[in-house]
Amino acid sequence: MTGPTTTTGPVPAEQAELTMTRPSVRGQLSDGFARLRAGDLGSLPIVVGLLIIVAIFQYNNDTFLSSSNLVSLASQISSTGIIALGVVLVLLLGEIDLSVASVSGVAAAILAVSNVKHGQSAGVAILLAVAAGLVIGLLHGLIFTRFGVPSFVVTLAGLLVWQGVQLRILSDTGTINLPRGGWLLKAGQFHYFRTVGSTIIAAVLVGAYLISQVLGYRRRRAVGLPTVPLAYPVAKAAVLAVLCALVIYALVQDLGVPWIFVFFIALAVVLEWVLRRTRYGRAIFAVGGNIEAARRAGLRVDLIRTSVFMLASTLAATGGVVEAMRAGSAGRDTGTGDVLINAIAAAVIGGTSLFGGRTRRYAALLGVLVIGAIPNGLNLLNLSNDLRYIITGTVLLAAVIVDAVSRRGRQAIGTE
Amino acid sequence: MPVAAEVAGSTPVLSLRGISKHFGAVRALTDVDLDVAASEVVALVGDNGAGKSTLVKVISGAQPADSGEIRFAGRRVNIPSPLASQHLGIATVFQDLALCDNLDVVGNLYLGRELVRGGVLDEPEMERRSWNLLRELSARLPSVRTPVASLSGGQRQTVAISRSLLGEPKLVMLDEPTAALGVAQTAQVLNLIDRLRERGLAVVLISHNMADVFAVADRIVVLRLGRNSGEFRTASTTREDVIAAITGAADNAVTQRESRQRLAEMADSEQAEEAGR
Repeated sequence: MTGPTTTTGPVPAEQAELTMTRPSVRGQLSDGFARLRAGDLGSLPIVVGLLIIVAIFQYNNDTFLSSSNLVSLASQISSTGIIALGVVLVLLLGEIDLSVASVSGVAAAILAVSNVKHGQSAGVAILLAVAAGLVIGLLHGLIFTRFGVPSFVVTLAGLLVWQGVQLRILSDTGTINLPRGGWLLKAGQFHYFRTVGSTIIAAVLVGAYLISQVLGYRRRRAVGLPTVPLAYPVAKAAVLAVLCALVIYALVQDLGVPWIFVFFIALAVVLEWVLRRTRYGRAIFAVGGNIEAARRAGLRVDLIRTSVFMLASTLAATGGVVEAMRAGSAGRDTGTGDVLINAIAAAVIGGTSLFGGRTRRYAALLGVLVIGAIPNGLNLLNLSNDLRYIITGTVLLAAVIVDAVSRRGRQAIGTE
Repeated sequence: MPVAAEVAGSTPVLSLRGISKHFGAVRALTDVDLDVAASEVVALVGDNGAGKSTLVKVISGAQPADSGEIRFAGRRVNIPSPLASQHLGIATVFQDLALCDNLDVVGNLYLGRELVRGGVLDEPEMERRSWNLLRELSARLPSVRTPVASLSGGQRQTVAISRSLLGEPKLVMLDEPTAALGVAQTAQVLNLIDRLRERGLAVVLISHNMADVFAVADRIVVLRLGRNSGEFRTASTTREDVIAAITGAADNAVTQRESRQRLAEMADSEQAEEAGR
């Protein structure tokens, strides 16, 4: 939950029977190694995997890391990433939502039809599309909790139903282009943060992180808990700052940081905060970990599960809106094809357990980087779809194997 | 006749009179009486199907009694739901531990009653309080930030019992807390039960294990076929008496077997003594 594992207190060690962890940077490192040895690999496999993928593509075609390609990659992955954020939440419950791609298609269709055919303003059109996601999620959640239908079935039915609804909404029109010069198209395709704008955003991000770390540090001191040296969180903030600077530097060589990518990152940060720092987030973890324990602890389990399905569909709808804005149109094929499989694969590759109750930090973001980099890189190498499917499938399988193995590792430690 | 009230001298924390409960034609409990005083560990024993679990469910509010009188801290009360039971100050630790494997010790202790500060989980304060509580109970855990999945059975039981104490209960009910635990882990849990008594709590211990019961209980209440079948002070009774009450006869397979073994042991030790000379 909060980072450091320290239990050394103001109480003399000999009185306590809890084993202590050294509250030093060194102790932190050795803790980390102990976890690694125990099979808990953290985000390491995915980061290493991502680096390998990048290295291979860059070696074979040096346009992969070019600024223009990175800009298009950033805007390509945003909609799938937003959908994957919702998938992470549902997987945390130990459930699945197979309808997210169809819901994103419905939302895109509603956006286009209400904006173009019915002349609604961009704001109203977005609101309608996202609200549709909310209602669809409520429906899924209620059917799931009231009738006890497995989420797999509810959302599999949803996959078909909402795809049908999408086709109906579009009726005979086929693809609807968003109006040229309209806000939707501009925001999706031509809004980029240049050096100044993106630096301000990065500064806010790093500043907020640093402040929360320092506040946490002071709070631990205030209640008399041991703390790691302040240098530790400061160093982490510095790493974050360097990372942001690299991304900004790479992207502003070309058009800049896509608006929709920033929107995706913002959503990811907010959701991460909700999951790790609020009672609601803790409740989601608890329901996914042991639903009976959660129920006995007085959590309103059905409410939590329904709300998560609502969040997932709402995020899916948001992803659909973003996709329509990026593509400049909504059509029969929006949200079809590999959108569903990519969103679920991103969540799982990022380190969200299919068994429920566990996810790495920023799983959707890391996962969608991998899942987006593969087709992008293969495209540059002029490799065909067959290979793309094979490689994506293999990476997904590898991620699930890592999850299953580390789960077995945890169970092995559990038995003395 | 219950021995407790007169011996304890004070009002019992929990007092049951004439509790009955039936499921259809099956009479699970008939006129059961039970008293538990503060700082007292009462073991509830009985064979399978004797009504122990049903009685626990009545007290914990999971299955309210059909008839009978429940007094808690001297007041007559109804316990229609688990929530009502908790509000009275009754904490129940069920046999299948209600813990979330994916959460750490602090997360489990505070599940459903997290401390919040400015809308955000107050992790440092929860960690400090967890740490203090576990230290008071001399719990042996690697760290309060360990995920529960990586704890041993005894440690998990410790977390489950500690968790029940956060609600500041007056009575703690433990359903088979040592089932499926090893020797050392069992000792750990029995020590914890001693500590609950030292804190002035009333403890009801449901157990099959006579060794545990005799090691930790002050009083033993026996149920048989849904009725009271005997009540003993641990200090002044023998296993044979308790087992007789459980099985309903002084002469039965269990006692015969035990006395045969006893005789054999005595013979052995006499031989050993003779050999020693």
